[in-house]
Amino acid sequence: MPRIGVFICHCGHNIASTVSVEEVVRFASTLPGVIVADHNLYSCSEEGLDSIRKSIEQNKLDRVVVAACTPRTHEPLFRSVCEQAGVNKYLFEFVNIREHCSWIHAKEPANATEKAKRLVAMGVSKAALLEPQTEGESSVTPTALVIGGGLAGLRATASLVAQGIDTHLVEKESRLGGLLNDISALAPYSEDASTLLKELVDEVKASNKAHIHLNTKLQGVTGFVGNFNVVLNEAGKEKEVRAGAIIVATGARDFIPTGEYGYGSVPGVITQLEFERVLKTGEKPGRVVFIQCVGSRQPGREYCSRICCNTSLKNALKVVEAGGTATIVHRDIMSSGTVWEELYRNASEKGVQFIRYMLSDPPRIHKKATGIAAEVYDEALGERIEVDADRVVLATPLVSRVDSAEVGKLLKVPRDKHGFFLEAHVKLRPVEFATDGVFICGSARWPSSAKETMSQALGAAAKAAIPIKRGKVVIEAITAWVDADKCAACGNCVVSCPYEAIEIVEQDGKRVAKVNETQCKGCGACVAACPNDAMQQRGFTTRQLGAMIDSLVKHALEESP
Amino acid sequence: MTEFKPTILAFCCNWCSYAGADLAGVSRLQMPPNVHVVRVMCSASVKPEYVMKAISQGIDGVLVLGCHVGDCHYMTGNHRTAKRMPVVQKILKDIGLNEKRVRLDWVSAAEGEKFQKVIVDFVDEVAKLGPNPLKEVRF
Repeated sequence: MPRIGVFICHCGHNIASTVSVEEVVRFASTLPGVIVADHNLYSCSEEGLDSIRKSIEQNKLDRVVVAACTPRTHEPLFRSVCEQAGVNKYLFEFVNIREHCSWIHAKEPANATEKAKRLVAMGVSKAALLEPQTEGESSVTPTALVIGGGLAGLRATASLVAQGIDTHLVEKESRLGGLLNDISALAPYSEDASTLLKELVDEVKASNKAHIHLNTKLQGVTGFVGNFNVVLNEAGKEKEVRAGAIIVATGARDFIPTGEYGYGSVPGVITQLEFERVLKTGEKPGRVVFIQCVGSRQPGREYCSRICCNTSLKNALKVVEAGGTATIVHRDIMSSGTVWEELYRNASEKGVQFIRYMLSDPPRIHKKATGIAAEVYDEALGERIEVDADRVVLATPLVSRVDSAEVGKLLKVPRDKHGFFLEAHVKLRPVEFATDGVFICGSARWPSSAKETMSQALGAAAKAAIPIKRGKVVIEAITAWVDADKCAACGNCVVSCPYEAIEIVEQDGKRVAKVNETQCKGCGACVAACPNDAMQQRGFTTRQLGAMIDSLVKHALEESP
Repeated sequence: MTEFKPTILAFCCNWCSYAGADLAGVSRLQMPPNVHVVRVMCSASVKPEYVMKAISQGIDGVLVLGCHVGDCHYMTGNHRTAKRMPVVQKILKDIGLNEKRVRLDWVSAAEGEKFQKVIVDFVDEVAKLGPNPLKEVRF
């Protein structure tokens, strides 16, 4: 018979002002297996945790139920208290009576109290069937893999090798640097891009820990955090490398206009990146009109590429400083932040002209006898004006690379509707994928400035170094397992597993499903797919969930009128 | 006769809909106290047997909530849920129950208001259907 302790939290007034905590405690003490039921003003406070710890020890509890807030934030805390008191942390069950009860039924205290009782009863019924689990450990290949040799990939690699980690840097082109090769200077301070690139490449090449693979593409990835097996295609030759962690730094490319504003038909109409190449040559820029948001912030590609305004400001300043004239035709200048606003003001003061246009009435470009004319409806003047130019520069957005789809598929990591990769959590896990051991940085995630790219790359490298430096990874204990006696080797579980963690094997002269626990992520898809109840998930067994259903039936239908 | 208050069981996946329910709570969005959330790791782990067990024992309605298709934490788990639950509904219909007693929906971690709406709508719908007829023949 289990010895269950139930601890109901007041959460100050958050729970107690709606739910009668004392009544729930009295009810809980009558439930089968419950040795002690108690309450705390704040269970998560030092005092609350201490009283739970003492109660576990005094009452020799072997199961602990806390009814309080949400396991998504507080489960690790209460689990650690269980462990301190000598109870396996998987013998802990959380009941949410705040977010899922008191806060959402604030005007119905009596009903909320009844519901809290039922939720506690369900939790206790599950707790009685919980089993201790051991978290496995797996060794880690002390090597990292960085995909993409642009600014993000170089910065990440430089950081990893500086930490003494062998790093494979994979670049699909024949040279390192990516877009940085084409850029003249970096906003806002106009540092020379080629100097930065050279420094980074030199830093990486100087390390015997860096293994650079040019003309190389990702061909296959298997394995999991700590032990990825990666097949590379290096100039047509297959090569296998192993890695403990992977960083995706595949970057983005500039959008090439499809005929907009005379691109491709009117000489002198070029993209921003093409203009960067012009600036690199030192050629006199002449009279330049920049058109912003070409191919972005419009139906089909709604996002703001973020870096184009600042790039135009930087280049317009270059033009003015070289004795030319610059006009920026924009929809809104997005140069937020201290240094960027200063860049905007600086451009204004140095004589860069700004004209606002509307998406409904975009500028028109004509070829003239000499040069180009940009006809713009100036909202402020309320009339159509013509600006003469030698060059019209189209500020096109960064768009995702076509092969990011392939990379996403191979690594099983998600992308958004525009093809940019999606991190696990915008704020809490900004440089990680939800898939353990795979990290993201730079413009592959979202158009980023050089500075942002560098920060993200450093973050991703620091995160990727964690499993490698630790030398081991903890394996989820809520994995699936097979009751071999019930298994008919039908294979439903094999096809249902998104991680290819299940295979049919020969065992004691019988074919049965077998779960590779280091690959299993504990989703339970195989459990639902199994027609024989042979597949079970630790912590979510069919008996445990069945007991919760029985408990709800008993307390909602049988014991209430 | 007092107003019928259905008893409802909701399976919420850990990553999206359970978090969406938490957000509804944090946002203090009010809803009827009929729904009992059971946390599962993925909506794909909800066995049809759980739903049938609950309904056959007299639970008035079962909700299965997962991440939006394409957002599943386990990549494609909810694709299976999306195929599986209509089958469960068909079984209900075949045995003479209203298939509306089982509902599948998607609630993301950012959709506290959607969670509230789903709960309010479903409780209302099940209340209109009346008590689960199997409640009387349970034993």
